[in-house]
This record gives sequence, C-alpha cells and structure tokens, in this order.
Amino acid sequence: MAYALTLYTLVALPFVAALLIALVHGASRGLHSGLAGAASTGGLALLAGLAAPVIGGEVPSATLSWVPALGLDLTLMVDPLGLMFAGLILGIGLLVVIFAHFYLYKGEDTGRFFASLMLFQGAMLGIVLAGNVLLLLVFWELTSLSSFLLIGFWQHKAEGRQGARMALAVTGGGGLALIGGMVLLGTVAGSFDLATILQRGAQVQASPHYPVILGLILLGCFTKSAQFPFHFWLPHAMAAPTPVSAYLHSATMVKAGVFLLARLWPVLSGTDLYTVIVTSVGLITMVFAAIVALFRHDLKSILAYSTISQLGLLVMLLGFSLEMAALAAVLHILNHAAFKAALFMAAGIVDHETGTRDIRRLGGLAKAMPVTAVIATLAAASMAGLPPLGGFISKEMMLYETPEVALFGLPWLVPVLATIGATFSVGYSLRLAWHLFFGEPRDPEPFARAHDPATGMWAPSALLTVLAVLLGLMPMLLAAPLVGAVTGAVIGGAAPEFDLALWHGVNLALILSTIAVAGGALMLWRHAALLRAWESVSHRDAKRMFDAVLGFADTWVRKAIIAVHTPSLQRMLFATVAVIVALIIDGALAGGGAFTGTRPGITASPPAIMAWALLIAATAAVVNDSRQRFRVLIYVSVIGLVVSLAFVRFSAPDLALTQISVEVVTILLLLLALNLLPKAPPVLSSTPRKWRDGALAVVGGVLVGGVSWAMLTREPGASISAYHLANSKPGGGGTNVVNVILVDFRAFDTLGEIIVLGIAGLAIYALLYSTARGSAGARLRSWQEDMPHSPERHPMMFVMASRIALPLTLTVGIYLFLRGHNQPGGGFIAALVIAIAFLLQYLAAGYDWTDTRRRFGEHQMIGWGVLTAMATGLGALAFGANFLTSTFGYFYLPLIGKFELASAMLFDTGVFLTVFGAVMLTLAQLSHIAQRAARAHAEAQASLAAQEDAS
Amino acid sequence: MTYEFLVASSIGVLVAAGIYLSLRARTFQVVLGLTLLSYAVNLFLFASGRLVLNRPPIWDKAVSEYTDPLPQALVLTAIVITFGMTAFVVILALRSFLETGSDHVDGDSVPCDDSDTEKGE
Repeated sequence: MAYALTLYTLVALPFVAALLIALVHGASRGLHSGLAGAASTGGLALLAGLAAPVIGGEVPSATLSWVPALGLDLTLMVDPLGLMFAGLILGIGLLVVIFAHFYLYKGEDTGRFFASLMLFQGAMLGIVLAGNVLLLLVFWELTSLSSFLLIGFWQHKAEGRQGARMALAVTGGGGLALIGGMVLLGTVAGSFDLATILQRGAQVQASPHYPVILGLILLGCFTKSAQFPFHFWLPHAMAAPTPVSAYLHSATMVKAGVFLLARLWPVLSGTDLYTVIVTSVGLITMVFAAIVALFRHDLKSILAYSTISQLGLLVMLLGFSLEMAALAAVLHILNHAAFKAALFMAAGIVDHETGTRDIRRLGGLAKAMPVTAVIATLAAASMAGLPPLGGFISKEMMLYETPEVALFGLPWLVPVLATIGATFSVGYSLRLAWHLFFGEPRDPEPFARAHDPATGMWAPSALLTVLAVLLGLMPMLLAAPLVGAVTGAVIGGAAPEFDLALWHGVNLALILSTIAVAGGALMLWRHAALLRAWESVSHRDAKRMFDAVLGFADTWVRKAIIAVHTPSLQRMLFATVAVIVALIIDGALAGGGAFTGTRPGITASPPAIMAWALLIAATAAVVNDSRQRFRVLIYVSVIGLVVSLAFVRFSAPDLALTQISVEVVTILLLLLALNLLPKAPPVLSSTPRKWRDGALAVVGGVLVGGVSWAMLTREPGASISAYHLANSKPGGGGTNVVNVILVDFRAFDTLGEIIVLGIAGLAIYALLYSTARGSAGARLRSWQEDMPHSPERHPMMFVMASRIALPLTLTVGIYLFLRGHNQPGGGFIAALVIAIAFLLQYLAAGYDWTDTRRRFGEHQMIGWGVLTAMATGLGALAFGANFLTSTFGYFYLPLIGKFELASAMLFDTGVFLTVFGAVMLTLAQLSHIAQRAARAHAEAQASLAAQEDAS
Repeated sequence: MTYEFLVASSIGVLVAAGIYLSLRARTFQVVLGLTLLSYAVNLFLFASGRLVLNRPPIWDKAVSEYTDPLPQALVLTAIVITFGMTAFVVILALRSFLETGSDHVDGDSVPCDDSDTEKGE
C-alpha cells in the first residue's frame, strides 16, 4: 500500500485538471493549456517514480472498497503493460496539449476543449491502471463519453456531430457487450479483481460460458479498436480537431481495445476459437483498410484507414497466441504511437498552413515547409516499415511470425495476406509522403500560402519522429527492457529471449519485407492507373449502411412502442384493468378454499339496508346520467354521505368526520371545475365499446365484491393493532388510538403523506397560475357563461349567515384539533373543517371580497406545515431519541386545571397547516381563474353592448 | 341480510361503476370513475379490519374490546390523499381542456387512429 497515494493521485490528476479548467473556462487559452500540461507533466513525473520498481518486477497496487456487495473495488495497479500505456497516454497527451495550444484557432472555446481532453486522459489512465474489471468498465464507458465530446468539439459542423454520434453508438454499443462479457468473466473466475482473474485462465477456458465471454469481450474490443466490420466510425471521427485525432487515434482511444486484448491475453488466448476469430478479424481489417487507405484523398482519412490497418495488424499479432507475436505487438504499439501521432500532427500542420487536407491539391510542399516535410517523411517511412526505422523492426517480427500460424489449416494463408497488407501499407505511406511533399505543386493557391509553422507546433511531432527513428537505430538500448517487461506482463510469465535489431540475416521475413517494399514502390509509381481502376468499381458506403440500420431500428422500435403503448388512455386503462381482473381470477383459482368463511355475520338494521339501497341507486344514477354533470355531483355526494354513515356505524368516528368534510371540499372543487368545463358533452360512444367496457366493469365489480365478501367472512390474522391499542395511552399519551397512530406510531408515513399533499397543492397552483398565458389564456378569456345565474349574485341572507358561521366553525375546528389526541378529531379533520369555513366566505361573498381580507399565504402554510412536522421529528434527535419520537407531559394551570401537552400536538399542527394550505390553495386558485374568466366575459359583453349603442 | 353482505356488495357496485366510468372518453367522467373507485378502495381497506359495531378505538379503562385502529389510520390519510389526487386530476383535466379546447382524455376530439371505430365518450 506504499504506493496508494501516488496511484490515486496519478489517476485523479487529469480529472482535477478538467474540473479546474472548467471552473476558469472564461480565462485565457494559456491558463487552460497550462493547467492541462501541468497535469500531464505531473502525471509523467509520478509515473517516472514508479517506472524503476515496475520494470524491476514489482506491481504497485492500492485498493479501496467502493461497492463491496458488487465486488467493485477502487483498485489500481501498475504492471509493465499499464506503465507503458500510461506513459503513452501522458507523454503523447502532453505533446498534444502543446500542439493544440498552437493549433486551435482564435476565439475557440479552449476551456471546453482542454477540460474534455483531460477528462478523456483521466478515463484512459483509469482503463490502463484499473485493477478491478468493473472499475475498468466504468472508465471504459467514460472514454466513450468524453471522446464523444471531443469528436463533436466543433458543434457547428454537421459532420462533427454525426461523427461523434456514430463513434458513441458504435463504441458505446460495444461497451454494453463488454459489460456483459466482463460480468460473466468475473462470475466464472469467481472474482472481479484483475490480478485474480489473470491467474484463473484455465478455469475460465474450461467453463461452458467461455465462448460467450470471449464473444462479448471481443465485441467490445473490436468496436473500440475499429476492427472490421466496426471500423467505419473511425474515418468519420476525423471531423474532430486534429489534436484530438492525434491523441485519440494514435495512442489512446483506439488502442484501448488492443490494450484489453493484451490485458486479458493470459485468460482468453490460446484456444482455437480465440486464434481463429482474432487472427482473421485482424488480418481482414489490416488488408482491407490498407487497400482503402491507398485510394483516399483527405490526409486525415488516409491516416484513419492506415490506423485501422495498423490496429488490425496488432489484433492479428495478439490473435496468434504466440509469445513472440505478443512481443512484436508490444513493440509495434510503441512504434505506431510514435509515428502515427507525429503524422496526425503533421497533417494538422499542413491543413493549418495551407487551408486544405486534400492531397490532390497539394504537392511539392518540401520546398515551402521543409521542417514539416522532414518530420512527416520520416514518420511515414517508419509507417511503411523501411529500414532503419522502428516500424521496420516490428514489421519484420510480424512477418517472421506469420508462417507459424496455419489459419483454417492453410499454412500459406497468413503470410501471403500479411504480405499483401504490408505491401499496401508501404504503398499508402509512400504515396502520402511523396504526393504531399515532392513532385510539382498541383494547386498554386494552397502552395502559395504554405509555410512552416511556429516551433511550438512542429516540436511535438519532431520529438515523436526522433523517437520513431531511435526505436529503429538502437532498439535494444531504448526499448528492450520495457518491451521485455511488458511482454512478460502480457503473457503472464517471463518474456521469451529476443533480440531487437535491423539485421537478422537473410530469412523469410526479409524476403517478404522486400517484396512488400518493392510492391509498394510499384503502387506509388502506377498510382494514377490503380486509382482509376479503384474508382471504376462502386463501393459500399459504410456510413449509409449504418444510417440504414439506424433508420430500420428507429422505425421498428417506434412500431413496437405503438403496438404496446397506444397513445390512448382508454385502451391502456382497459388493458390495465383486464390484467388486474385476470390476476384476481388466477389468485382465486389458485387459492382454493370456501368462498364464504366461518366468521359470523352481523344482521343489518333496516335503516342500514335503506342506506345501502340509496348507495346502489346513486351509483347507478351516476353511471346512467353521467352526462348531466351537475346532477351527477349530487349523486356523488349521496354516495359520500352513505360511506360516511357506514364509518359511523362501524366504529370509525374519525373516518366519518374526515369523509364528510372531504366530501364537501371535493364537491366544491368539482363544481368550480365544472363551471369552466363543458357541462353536457354530446354522446358519441359506440354501443359495442359500451358493452365491452360494461362487461369488464361487471366482472371487475363481481370479483372485488367477492374478494371483500370472502375477506369479511373470515377472522383476521394476527395484527400489530393490539400493540397500538395497548401502548396508545401509556406510550403516546392519547386515548384516540387512530390519532396516536397518525402522529406518533406511524408519524413517518403521515409526514410523507402531507408532503405529497403539499406537492399536489403546489403542482395545482403551478398548473393554474400559468393558465393566463398562451392558448389556455385565450380560451379562458373567450369563455362563455353557459349557466343561468341568479340575478342576486350574493344573497344577503347567505352572506350574513356565513359571516356569523365563521367564528363558530373556527371554534369547532380548533376544538376538534385540540381534542384530537383523545377524542375523534385531529389535524386532518380540523384543517378540513376550517378550510370549509373559509371557503364558505368565498362562496357567499365572492372571490374578490374574501381575497382582499385574506391575511395568510397558502404556499407559506404548506411550507411551514411540512417544516413544523419535520422540526418536531428532528427535535426528538436532540434528546437522543429516534426521529419523530414523541413525548408528553401533564401540566397544571390555575383556573384551567390539569391538562396535557404532547409533542405530537406540534406534529399535528404541521399536518393541520399543510392540509389547510393545500386545500385552500387549490380551491382559491380555481375560483380565482373562474373569476377572471367571468370578468373577461362581462367586459366583452359590455363592450359589445357599447358598440351596438354606438351604431 | 348481514352488514358484511351490504359492504361487500357496495364495494363491488362501486368498483364496477368506477371501472366503467374511468374507461369513458371525457375527462370529467374519468374523474368521477376515479372518485367512485376511491370510495371502494377506502371502504375495502377499512373493511380489512372487519366490521365491528359500537367499539370505537378510543381507549378507556372500562373497555377491553376495540375495533382495529390500524386500517382506520391508514384510510384516514388515504381519504385526504384521495382529495389531493382528485384535485390534481381535475385541474389537469381543466388545464388540458383549456389548452386544447377538448375534454377528450387523449387530448383531441377525433379518434387517435382509424381502426378505432368509436368517436369519443
């Protein structure tokens, strides 16, 4: 754990830098790039401190538990493979930061650019240093997201946005497959710890899940590393600014797939399945992309296809499942990172200084920009694999290994195809350098503008090219220790003996290599003829195919959604009810037992039977007469009244009080709403649908009624009610057990409920408040009064009676509230009663009269109510008790005598305030809207009358 | 006739009427349907404590048998929340009517697709 701080700092640095850059995003470009550069440099310094022990065989690691239940730990580890990649990410990252500082045009959002770049850098570092596969997945997804931001950096360009979206769709989709593969891998291996998984290769390969694991993980790797047939996103990602391409597509993003293949080499490789799939995919990609690259004209497109081809080469080498091939892959990763980043930067320079990237308009640039020409030519030569450059050695090694693998039982297949791929590589590399820098300028305009850029812009690519050259000249000195250690880490053992040198004597690899160089030179010479031949054949456009697939998916997903989710409430409700009915039937059939239980019934009194008949009749009337809306409200209130009576009869006085007061408020609400809604809409229903709905309704009613009957005729099971009854007085200090349950035993439920009610009130306010605007406002203003009004709007008797009733009702409400703990009553009921008292004033005296005399704000009451209830609950914490624990005591006052005060009373006050506020807010706002509509109507009438008078 | 039968049949009738009305096409009818369903649900929840006469859950030294207070506490808040829900749905329906000029539940007065032969309500 000695390295824990270093490791966490290493990975955290880029993220911190991203955050800082985002914070000062209005500041100068220098500060942004400075922060990014400092973070990269700092990371490199930390990494350098780790290099010696890691090469020496130590594996620094650190673990923090994150989500232990999932096996997700914050484990970081640096082995030689991670070290090499981290070095590339940070080193090339630093160079890209410098390059971008000079490359980005004036006025570009450098803050966003460098913040995204650092986010990406952090994500990449996370991938290569993760010691837990789940953590690796987190960072993997993060690279997809941050590369999306980078590729689409120029948001104003359509191709930038499309390229970014395509990259996200492909790599993100592969990422999903990878998640599946990794989780399965971890499950089979019995751990998500990377080091443990790497030890259990045999166990994984013996598992029946191995093919699935392999397929899913390869899908993730191949999409990320742009392998055929998922390669097409990479050329489109070239819409990104060139520094992004140099970073993402040389050493980092696309190498993540290769990295993961190398990382999991000990676990996955070695089987026939692995060798066949990985080798052939790599081989096809290498040859195919190399051919395409020869015929592209955009510099970045050429580089994109060459990158795909080179990645194919790496994948193929790893697919061989041979230790020496793995070593060649490691060496080539280094080489490729060096020459490809240099070439991307050079392409960026050419674009920047000539204004075009079309190779057909360029040429002879060596005269105008000699420094760039030298850099790019050397880098291209390394890419071609010409001696004495780094690319030559790794390509030699690759060709040397090819005869060892007999794909599909054909020993010649791999060497021949690999040589063809190498030939085309030489071809496009030579063409790139030659057509760009030598010969005659093809278009005078860009040539006239061309010049070498500022030192800061070419220095990073020069440095990389020097590296590419030195990797060829003194590979043993420069690369051997690292390559050996990394190969050891990849294969999970000691690296094989190797000798990196330009000259190994005459062997098959040298012959193949010579053929490739000669063939490539031939292609350059006859390029015009080849191009004509290429263009005479029509080629499938991968982007169009991708779009077609997307369009296809889009159409069918839409159809599927419409099939299962019609935008019709009626149908959805019908389906819902039908499912519930089916569930009840299923439950009834599965349950068995007698329909009627053994609990003795209570014989009903004649008045009760009459009330029941009233309820049935009222319900039937509601259904039958549902278009006569005002009349229906009377029927509904009859039902409510009978329900309240039922509560009285069956020993529930609190419920009866609540139901009857809610009934009043609900009917008022419906009346007010109905004032603005159509009163008697036309009948348009089809008879079959009525019958269908009616049948479902009858079945549902019979079933629920049957369930109720079965329940009511059985004895209840043991419940916790006995506890509540026993502890109500001694524990809660109240004799009204229902109220004590509400404010004490289950006060947390009540708290949630009043919060919901408060939210409903505020949402209603929001819905009504904004009705004055837009089409709703216009419709409201043109609202026509369609009900006959009494000539006396506010009858004197009613007004006076309601004013006298107000203090009386208030007294009743306060009385109900105060006695609520011991007798039927409490915050809910008191709030409703007092709300009715105030609503009566609105009804009797009109909205305006009442509203001007209103001294409280309903919003505040809701807020204070919830706060009071919560504060009461929190107060208990101060005394060391649990949230919402209540307390009570008895006090004596002269005259009044002994009385009780319970903290639950305070909680009930909160309930009171919230319920009162919500009810008042709803109804007062609704009547306010109606008032406004009526006034607009009256004004319209008056002006109409005035106009008629005038004419 | 027992009280049990009265309550069970009332619940059944209310549910049937509630389902039928909530499947109608006009917002106001759906509101009515939900109101009836709410009565039924509240009655059902309340009935889960079984029907007991003259034994309110008010603690008294002299009384040893009470009705079950827990369903009552649950139903009490349910009644208030029902009001909140009804109010919200009513206002939503009103707003939707004001915005679109139609009180059809699907926001328009024409059927949503051709296969639907019925035209509202």
